[in-house]
Amino acid sequence: MQSNSVQSYEHLAPSRAVKIRQRFVPFVVMAVVLLLIPFFDPSRTMYSLTAAMGINIVFALSYNMLLGRGGLLSFGHAVYFGLGGYAALHAMNAIDAGNSAFWSNYPVFMLPVVGFAIGALAGAVIGWPSCKRSGVPFAMISLGVAELVAAAGYMFGSIFGGEMGVTGDRMVGPQAFGLSMGPVEDVYWFIAFWTFVGTLGIYAFTRTPLGKMSEATRDNPERVQFVGYDPNRVRYLVFIFAGAFAGLAGGMSAVNYEIFTPESLSLVPSGLVLLMAYIGGIRYFTGPIMGAILLTYMQSMLSDYSEAWLLYLGLLFIAIVMYAPGGVAGMVFGLLEIFRHGGAREMLIRRVQQAVGVALAFTGLVILIEVAVRWSNGYGEVFEPFGLHLGIDTPLSWILILGFFGAGFVTLRLARNNEEGHA
Amino acid sequence: MSTPALSIKGLKKNFGPAEIICGVDLDLEPGERHAIIGPNGAGKSTLFNLISGLYHPTEGSVKLKGEEITGLPPHVINRMGLSRSFQVSNIFANMTVRENVRCGVLYSLGHGYSFWRNVGNLREVQQKTGEVLERVGLLDKAHLPAALLPYADQRTLEIAITIAGGADVVLLDEPTAGMSHSETDRAVALIEQATAGKTLIIVEHDMGVVFNLADRISVLVYGQIIATGTPEEIRGDPRVREAYLGDEDEQQVLAGGAQ
Ligand SMILES: Nc1ncnc2c1ncn2[C@@H]1O[C@H](COP(=O)(O)OP(=O)(O)OP(=O)(O)O)[C@@H](O)[C@H]1O
Ligand SMILES: [Mg+2]
Repeated sequence: MQSNSVQSYEHLAPSRAVKIRQRFVPFVVMAVVLLLIPFFDPSRTMYSLTAAMGINIVFALSYNMLLGRGGLLSFGHAVYFGLGGYAALHAMNAIDAGNSAFWSNYPVFMLPVVGFAIGALAGAVIGWPSCKRSGVPFAMISLGVAELVAAAGYMFGSIFGGEMGVTGDRMVGPQAFGLSMGPVEDVYWFIAFWTFVGTLGIYAFTRTPLGKMSEATRDNPERVQFVGYDPNRVRYLVFIFAGAFAGLAGGMSAVNYEIFTPESLSLVPSGLVLLMAYIGGIRYFTGPIMGAILLTYMQSMLSDYSEAWLLYLGLLFIAIVMYAPGGVAGMVFGLLEIFRHGGAREMLIRRVQQAVGVALAFTGLVILIEVAVRWSNGYGEVFEPFGLHLGIDTPLSWILILGFFGAGFVTLRLARNNEEGHA
Repeated sequence: MSTPALSIKGLKKNFGPAEIICGVDLDLEPGERHAIIGPNGAGKSTLFNLISGLYHPTEGSVKLKGEEITGLPPHVINRMGLSRSFQVSNIFANMTVRENVRCGVLYSLGHGYSFWRNVGNLREVQQKTGEVLERVGLLDKAHLPAALLPYADQRTLEIAITIAGGADVVLLDEPTAGMSHSETDRAVALIEQATAGKTLIIVEHDMGVVFNLADRISVLVYGQIIATGTPEEIRGDPRVREAYLGDEDEQQVLAGGAQ
């Protein structure tokens, strides 16, 4: 017995190589990507797109502290984003006003810290009653809180600026790192820095005892009580941190857009962040990052091409929920797994078959929607991709729609038969 | 006489009109190994739920090492040094075996709700987790997801989580249920060794295990303890024989027969 106590169990922990590969390398890659982006001389549009992505990455990751890691479904996470953002904007205006020694020496670059603090405070206040429940009641409370705070946002004009919101000017106060915050490049470095810090912070949280017990509470709230933890307490603390990081993202947004409106507190952004996390994959740390990048891209790019982009977003969400609950990350890591374990050629072929099938059927659906939207608008506008003329009364439209649908359906069928043949 | 490790007085529990526990009194000496036996539905698990704080008693009191714990929430009772296992494995299925045990270790080593430490750097936690894993014989399966463990190993993990926090009063609810003979023998050896010097209450259907392990035995029937005594006393008690009448196997064991 005595001799056992001197034995070391360090070999139980992941090896150094594994730690470096799984924890260190991804962050180095992230840092390198963030550092390299400006060297590709991005356009203004690309800069504003990357800024939006950075903000959404931190926001979606903070949301996943609740949903993926804590098992808490919230419909009101934008409340903390919004309150953090408003706080940062008011602080920005205080820097501008220069009435207090503290604020006139506060660099705009550090405003996300204000967002973080206010997000945490809001989480602590609102989480106090809401974290006494979990499951459906928690979700309903979060919905109620979101309604309430958004309504308050429209009512208390002096704080939230009414419909027009509160605006600010980021080129004020002392400079940090020699950034005037005027040009997009400066803003880029600001966003890149805080995206990295936010991601690192949220990742670090998953490695703490509280982060681990958050997962344990998600999986088995009964049992955690019998190892000394109060599940409500765990949820409450996690909620505060999720609010804080959402507030940090809000602070990034405040500096980037220099405006916040009560809309930002509403159910719409709360729903969007849920979609980002879920579509990206809530079971993976990187899932919400992928979801944020994808949805931000769709939001800004697709909305230029098609007014039906929200419809596509809805379709994507439903498809993920039904057929790929692991989200984008689940699919990516699933594929990597197949490659790594080589020899699973059939598996790979099947995946390709499925992808082709989905793409074909989806193309049919896109034509249908685009044709229908233009027809329904009634301006006589017609869908004209690749020089084709696809009106509602053109036979070609219907041939293409049915053709793509049919081809997609058959391909998916084949893939499935293959699967059953191998099972 | 020293303060009892656990002292139950006039404990009652009703579910609606049904009286499930109807006045249980029981005192446990520190270091005692106490078995609770009784037919299905007698209220053994309910008694555990009352002691460990999962249910609130309708009446009566429970004291842990002299301190009143009636009505306290389970996590507080656990921190005061009482730990329990479940009849149906109640583990963290999505975590690895090692992480499961670590969940049992963290609080007791003072890392409660800490969000400023990296679990990977907590030497003590790592050491303790390893020790518990080694002790229960799950070291080689440390990295398996708990859900993938064979049934007997899940039962072992259940015990491992229960003892990981170092509680000195341990409640085990049918730890060997569903195990084969050899698995049961291993589990009993483990329980004996892991609870050495601790106060143990064990609910068990296997009379062989009970008579081997227990210093004293209580017989719970219809929510009442009809007899408490040493294995010899229980063997000879006519009321116990009556309660088990009809069950030939148990009769044999009670009579000290073929085993
Ligand atoms: N939460 C509850 N609500 C209502 N009735 C309950 C509840 N929990 C237990 N009971 C009832 O209490 C009685 C005793 O149950 P308990 O699980 O304590 O028995 P047990 O002695 O552990 O039996 P077993 O040997 O089968 O495990 C049963 O009739 C059960 O239906
Ligand atoms: Mg039971």
